[in-house]
Amino acid sequence: MIVTAFFYIFAAILVASAGMVVAARNPVHAVLFLILAFFNAAGLFLIAGAEFLAMILVIVYVGAVAVLFLFVVMMLDIRFDQMREGLQRYAPIGAAVGLVLFAELVATLAGLKIAPVEAAAPAASGLTNSAELGLVIYTRYIFLFQACGIVLLVAMIGAIVLTLRERVSSRKQDIAVQHARHPADTLVMADPVAGSGMDGQILRAPGWTPALDKPAPARLETTS
Amino acid sequence: MNWTLAVPELVLVLCGLATLTIGVLGDKAKSHAGLATWLSIASLLFAGVLVLLSPSGIGLGGVFINDAFARFMKIVAIGGAILAMAVGFDSNRRAGLRHFEFPVLMVFSTAGMMVMASSANLMTLYIGLELQSFALYVLCAIDRDRLGSSEAGLKYFVLGSLASGLLLYGLSLVYGFSGSLDYAAIATALHAGAISPGLLVGMVFVVVGLVFKLSAVPFHMWTPDVYEGAPASVTAFLAGAPKVAAFALLIRVLLGPLGALAHQWQLLIEIVAVCSMVLGSLAAIAQTDIKRLMAYSSIGHMGYALMGIAAGNEAGTTATLVYLFTYVVMNAGAFACIVAMRRRGEAQTDIAALAGLGRRDPALAMGMAIFMFSMAGVPPLAGFFGKLLVFVAAVKSGLWVLAGVGIVTSVIGAFYYLRVVRVMYFDTPAEAFDARARSTSAVALVSGLATAGFVLIWAPVMAAAALAARSLLAGTVG
Repeated sequence: MIVTAFFYIFAAILVASAGMVVAARNPVHAVLFLILAFFNAAGLFLIAGAEFLAMILVIVYVGAVAVLFLFVVMMLDIRFDQMREGLQRYAPIGAAVGLVLFAELVATLAGLKIAPVEAAAPAASGLTNSAELGLVIYTRYIFLFQACGIVLLVAMIGAIVLTLRERVSSRKQDIAVQHARHPADTLVMADPVAGSGMDGQILRAPGWTPALDKPAPARLETTS
Repeated sequence: MNWTLAVPELVLVLCGLATLTIGVLGDKAKSHAGLATWLSIASLLFAGVLVLLSPSGIGLGGVFINDAFARFMKIVAIGGAILAMAVGFDSNRRAGLRHFEFPVLMVFSTAGMMVMASSANLMTLYIGLELQSFALYVLCAIDRDRLGSSEAGLKYFVLGSLASGLLLYGLSLVYGFSGSLDYAAIATALHAGAISPGLLVGMVFVVVGLVFKLSAVPFHMWTPDVYEGAPASVTAFLAGAPKVAAFALLIRVLLGPLGALAHQWQLLIEIVAVCSMVLGSLAAIAQTDIKRLMAYSSIGHMGYALMGIAAGNEAGTTATLVYLFTYVVMNAGAFACIVAMRRRGEAQTDIAALAGLGRRDPALAMGMAIFMFSMAGVPPLAGFFGKLLVFVAAVKSGLWVLAGVGIVTSVIGAFYYLRVVRVMYFDTPAEAFDARARSTSAVALVSGLATAGFVLIWAPVMAAAALAARSLLAGTVG
């Protein structure tokens, strides 16, 4: 009884917050509602007895994905109110299509009982959820598991191909070059007369090459 | 755990990983694109041979099936990928795309297609589809400094994700109402009991998700923009092999586990086919850009190929398979000709740029004319046989409306294909194109010979397609 009550509470908040994700005016609020939706979905998983999935949902989606979303929303200067300008114009058409679809779904599912078949309870093996998952994933579904790995690899290659730029002006630390340098390559001992300084002249070590001394970024030059 | 069934896929993925390693560890100062392309073509050829040698059966915990149908689809997809890769050889170099990841991503995408063709489980279906799509999203955007390419990648990604979401929702409904992810178990469950409405809703969503990948109407909106924006070599790939893989999934799911719902999905497929044929032929008339023209042309072709599925029997499936074979061949050839349209280093996509090609470059004009005539369905060429087979299959199944619409739209379609030919042969010659690369000419030559001499290879292709269709339909009964 209490489980059913909690199911409906979680489900109601989930649907409501999912609606708010779309409807919220402020994108940061939308992301926060998304996090709320994730938490409630995790609650539903807990009720279903899938505690591993519930925890993964919280850790991965709330902990990583949603926070990333927040970063992106805050860092990109997107004028969301401008993006919504077309909304008023297209809202009636969208609402009409949505209504028709909804009516069709209701008509189709009208004869449907909420839970048509009582799902057969899986045989209790005395193992925890994650242990069971591990047993299936690494044996029966090893092919699919590895295929998922390849999908992730492709996503990673994609991220690198689309974003990595070899910048010439970036200041990278090349440890091998640093180790190969001798003091004589870069240092010159000068003995200026007291009170006169070096008169603005620059002394170069005999081994000095312009290649070793990369040009400073433009930003630094302007400040100096 | 009969893992030997998946040897071609495993070998292809391992080859892709090896190529990737060579590219990453190689000398940073040089471009490894050429080497990577050669290695990728070699690994695809090797995988193709392995496909031909691979045994039949269900394995890997029941998620993977290998039969004559899977082999046919894999060979066609691999062939399309090899042709597209050969097209990309020169066009990527000239467009300044020096990423060695380009062929590697194509290899992974092809591996995804092979998994799709061999799916015996809803999870295999989804993972194969995502592997194929992810690589394609990246490939579309790979010319990242060009606005059109980024736009194409983003559009394809956003809409593709939406379609994946719909597909997943449908799969979850099918799973929930049939109680299993395995095709065989779903088929048994559907044949045994009454069909619940939830299953029908799930089926509709699955069809929507797959039809999106086919770019059939009404889920075609992304096609022209993506085809136009993506680099030409990517478009050549996108228009060929992925459609074959999506068809493999659609045929396998509809005729296999959802075979009991044939009366339900038949009308759906008919509507999609009619809309695709009509829109593909009407919207193409106004196009001035050859890549957009090819996009609408591919939408139309998907409509014709769907006709065979709507027939829902062995003859129909055979017709669709032959149609896909001819489509992939002439599509690769047409894109080889499009890639050759370069003037002073700039890629030309305007149809007007072809003006007078018949006098400037008779060989290229001849090739383009063959592909255009074939796509229009002019008799001795490959395209005619594909169309003939689907029309006959549709008529024999009593789908007169479908066949009638198909004939009318092919006549309309002939108009815009022949307009390209007219521009090439009767307009005042424009400035000459840059010299063609040998790889591009080779693709055009191979496709041109296969298209023009299809009568000669007709018998083996037809036999292989019929064998594939028979193996698929026998699998659903037994």
